[in-house]
Amino acid sequence: MKDKACIVGVGESAYTRDVELSKSVLAIQLEASMRAIEDAGLSPKQIDGILPSQYGPTTEELAANLGIEELRFATTVHMGGAAAVASLQHAAMAVSSGAAERVLLVSGWNGYSMQRARNILSTNVTVLPGGAIARDYYMPYGLTVPAQWYALIARRHMHEFGTTQEQLGAIALAMRKHASLNDKALMRDRALSLKDYLSAPVIADPYRMFDCCLETDGAAAVVVTSAERAKDRKHRPVYIMGAAAAHPYPADEFTNREDIFHTGLTDAAPKAFAIADVSPSDVDFAEIYDCFTFEVLQQIEETGFCERGEGGAFVEGGRIEIGGELPVNTHGGLLSEAHVLGMSHIVEAARQLRGNLGKRQVKGAEIGVVTGWGDFGDGSIAVLRR
Amino acid sequence: MSDKPLPELAGYAKEFYAWCRRGDLRFQRCSDCDAWRHVPREMCAKCGSAEWKWVKSSGKGTVFTWTVAERAMHPAFADAVPYAPVVVEMDEGVRLVTEIVDCAPSELEIGMRVEVAFAKVSDELTLPKFRRMP
Repeated sequence: MKDKACIVGVGESAYTRDVELSKSVLAIQLEASMRAIEDAGLSPKQIDGILPSQYGPTTEELAANLGIEELRFATTVHMGGAAAVASLQHAAMAVSSGAAERVLLVSGWNGYSMQRARNILSTNVTVLPGGAIARDYYMPYGLTVPAQWYALIARRHMHEFGTTQEQLGAIALAMRKHASLNDKALMRDRALSLKDYLSAPVIADPYRMFDCCLETDGAAAVVVTSAERAKDRKHRPVYIMGAAAAHPYPADEFTNREDIFHTGLTDAAPKAFAIADVSPSDVDFAEIYDCFTFEVLQQIEETGFCERGEGGAFVEGGRIEIGGELPVNTHGGLLSEAHVLGMSHIVEAARQLRGNLGKRQVKGAEIGVVTGWGDFGDGSIAVLRR
Repeated sequence: MSDKPLPELAGYAKEFYAWCRRGDLRFQRCSDCDAWRHVPREMCAKCGSAEWKWVKSSGKGTVFTWTVAERAMHPAFADAVPYAPVVVEMDEGVRLVTEIVDCAPSELEIGMRVEVAFAKVSDELTLPKFRRMP
């Protein structure tokens, strides 16, 4: 797979939190798709592969609207928030094998203006793999949403390794600081102090309000093609050096894992780095799926940027801020830019590697990592280079 | 206020909760390698055997982790906040999501010893909850 596929187009819809501006998920996803296709210097008819999100319109609906007459490759990855980066892996496999030549990935929703994202699983948990287990064994006790599931893992991490609330706060603050450098970020004008963070209401202890991602309307899209076809495009190609995805064991129930911190990423990360033939120390920045603050810390550990248990110390002292050792979520992430199910992390990573990103450009960025986290700990990761 | 979500009493969930209704906490145990398991499965993930029995648990365990829900994310729990979903690790090794009935959220501690205390929800359903051990 190494270096055989490239990201050549990226784009987003408008990001909003305004019921007056509400549109259908299909309309939002088409807006993002058209921007990514245009960014790639292509016409929609030239797309011959689609990887849609499991949440939202089908491949068939997207293709019908975009006028794609020759659709040769379509599959849907069911990994929740890990699906966007896992779809990037699938796209790379498709173009490097010749199954398709130009593949579109898109995800997004109207998680603010229509059904609030927080309510989707509590009203119909069976959309989730393992949803029947959650219905029969978690929900009767009021364990109804991801914030509560993951809080159980965060609490255990605090117990075993001494991870502190302030360390989770450092993650929220870093994302908010990065959002102030991004005109598209919904929280760009909302400064956040540690005092604000600590005095915010508790949602599911240890998660307070600013530990939780935003509910937003919006979509993002990416176009992938072969390295050969990526030459002579509008923008410098971004190479997919390596990518991998994995499910934890068991994937459909998270409380009975022998090692509660062993998630999909624990297995996927070494695989992706092996394909890319680089190591975590070679990485200049990381866009990490930040549904909640602790998941960033845990993924930093499981990706191998530090040892397990050291994540708390790692995120302190500005290390994950732009200008630090490993800038994380340079766009503001799901916590402070917008939540479009992980695709925005790929978009940002590609832009960082193209360069010229103004105030938030990571200087000398050559290699970046993007991760996904979904469902009860599914994981995905891609190593990208300019 | 809407009704609290309840398990669908079908398949193995029906059997698991039927034992609870009789005041018995039972988990599946492999007839070949003796491994306990929860949630119910068709076969033993350790040895591959499809032979198993519902075997009575000691009913005793230890608090493995917990969270305190201060904001209801499901309308049925609006009056219940703050409440604490807890994961208990049974002495048999399996873990389950539950609630500690006689312990305020602020008093919860990882490692706390607990024992099963059945809570009747309706004629059809009894949930296994836990209380502190003396």
